[in-house]
Amino acid sequence: MRRFTKIFTVLVFIFLYIPMILLVVSSFNRGSDMAVWQGFTFSQYGELFRDDSLLRLLGNSVLVAVLSSLAATVLGTAAALGIHNMRGRMRRLVMQVTNIPMTNPEIVTGVSLALLFAFVGTVLKIHSILGFWTLLIAHITFNLPYVILSVMPKLSQMDPDLAEAALDLGCTPFQAFTKVVLHEILPGVVSGALMAFTMSLDDFVISYFVTGSTFVTLPVEIYNYTKKPIQPKIYALFTLMFAVILLLMVVMNLLQARDSKARRARTRLNQRREPSP
Amino acid sequence: MAKELIRLSGLTMTFEDGETVLNGINLYINDQEFLTLLGPSGCGKTTTLRIIGGFLTPTAGDVLFDGQRINDVPPHRRKINTVFQRYALFPHLDVYDNVAFGLRLAKLDENEVDRRVTEMLEIVSLRGFENRKVTALSGGQQQRVAIARALVNRPKVLLLDEPLGALDLRLRKDMQNELKRIQQAMGITFIYVTHDQEEALSMSDTIVVMDKGNIQQIGTPQDIYNEPKNAFVADFIGESNILDGIMRADRLVEFFGRQFACVDAGFAPNEPVDVVIRPEDIDIVPADQGHLCGTVTSVTFKGVHYDVIVDFKGFKWLIQTTDFQPVGSRIGICLNPEDIHVMHKSEYSGQFGDYSSYSAEYDEIAEGGDDEE
Repeated sequence: MRRFTKIFTVLVFIFLYIPMILLVVSSFNRGSDMAVWQGFTFSQYGELFRDDSLLRLLGNSVLVAVLSSLAATVLGTAAALGIHNMRGRMRRLVMQVTNIPMTNPEIVTGVSLALLFAFVGTVLKIHSILGFWTLLIAHITFNLPYVILSVMPKLSQMDPDLAEAALDLGCTPFQAFTKVVLHEILPGVVSGALMAFTMSLDDFVISYFVTGSTFVTLPVEIYNYTKKPIQPKIYALFTLMFAVILLLMVVMNLLQARDSKARRARTRLNQRREPSP
Repeated sequence: MAKELIRLSGLTMTFEDGETVLNGINLYINDQEFLTLLGPSGCGKTTTLRIIGGFLTPTAGDVLFDGQRINDVPPHRRKINTVFQRYALFPHLDVYDNVAFGLRLAKLDENEVDRRVTEMLEIVSLRGFENRKVTALSGGQQQRVAIARALVNRPKVLLLDEPLGALDLRLRKDMQNELKRIQQAMGITFIYVTHDQEEALSMSDTIVVMDKGNIQQIGTPQDIYNEPKNAFVADFIGESNILDGIMRADRLVEFFGRQFACVDAGFAPNEPVDVVIRPEDIDIVPADQGHLCGTVTSVTFKGVHYDVIVDFKGFKWLIQTTDFQPVGSRIGICLNPEDIHVMHKSEYSGQFGDYSSYSAEYDEIAEGGDDEE
């Protein structure tokens, strides 16, 4: 039985990572045929960095990802604070409403946002409203729940007296947030921001519906590539993106590990503080 | 000393769910007084404290500070600091920075900050701990950091919400003395919330006994103990035998079909009353010489004394005595006039003061130590 689970685990990993490994290997392949190894080279990377249009697309994607994740982090943290201060049924209701966009099929979100933008465009008499701003708004929208969801648990874990202690010692409510509360929930805020960044960077479905020809991100453009044979420099690009996302995930996990270690230390302390029976 | 600093008038607090936790309480607190709000969980004592601190806005009534209405003044603009029940130290700051927090917010010169933090750490005996992480401190040390962090701002009033609740017994005793010493040395008004009557009796200038959102009695520890106003106070502070009686005349009360001389007066003739007799005031005499005669049903050794439960015609009394009385023996008791305290009937009459379920009640008291509001 144990041997079976071991084999099974290995199989799962193979299926999960073989495509990635193939991609990475291909990006270093001298030839353009994936099936034949023709020697190691960095030339695909060289070509990638000479391709201005591709780099511009990547730049677009990163720009939207950075801006939308930052905006979503600020808005989402504020929203989480608000929801945290609600009570009982209202709070559960708002959390449910917040979660729906995450489980909602992306294509539905995409189409409905496109409809909304078209409607606003008609009302404001803007001819081609779809572009950078609509894309940014859409990304902020679908990033928000991820930030809220990662900040909320940190707020619940926080000792509610901490914010009051800050007020008591002379903080204005805003100072209480920046000087005390933010420090307590920072791991949640950072992991929410990272999650939002990665979600935004690789989003295709929603972006496809809410952007026009004036502003195109990498995933949308790559969709067009799939109609013709993919150039090897795209493998190089994907490998780099994969590496960046992997790095972000590692950072996120390290942050979480450090945070839970600190919390365990605090719990131990609380136990020690209990009067002995 | 007798200058009035804080006045609560008609203070009422009803929460959103319709629960009324304060029922129009009136109270004044003098400058440099050590005042304790004492009562069981849910009596409204913490709510009162939070209103004074500015964390809650009362639904009705006023909070006056030095004659000024401060209902709508936010906490950071009140000259009041708080020591929280679980200390609420800032985990991302070390001991020094925790204590310096309020001074730096007040934009004090960094030399002055350093001088006052150092002085304060001296007072709470935490010199040398400046750079420790607060999470690496013991409960008692965290407690002292919390006190230092509040007092370093030189508030007019310090609010303390069951600050010793999480400490073990010995540490609690030490900190009681420490707090009293600091309060007297710095001349600051302390408003102290606790459900521990012993703590209240040993530290306070004034005790405010609360229950169900009402003040039951305000007085010095001696007043509260010796002259409880009703059965609730008598039962909550110390142990009490509470009997039904009838006031036959001034200084003459009847219970168990017998008239006793007492020191209370001013009741209506033949008014039904509650009679309190403290277990330690009762003198045991041979059965044939007592005012009353009963049978011992239980004896518990308590170290300094024995807790003896005696059945008088079906009503069980608690008597504390240093002489051992075997179970089953017949004993008599003698009551001096000053041992008998007569109270008006109240909503609490008949709820307390009978030791029929003695052991169960004792367990409850023992367990009641760590609950929160």
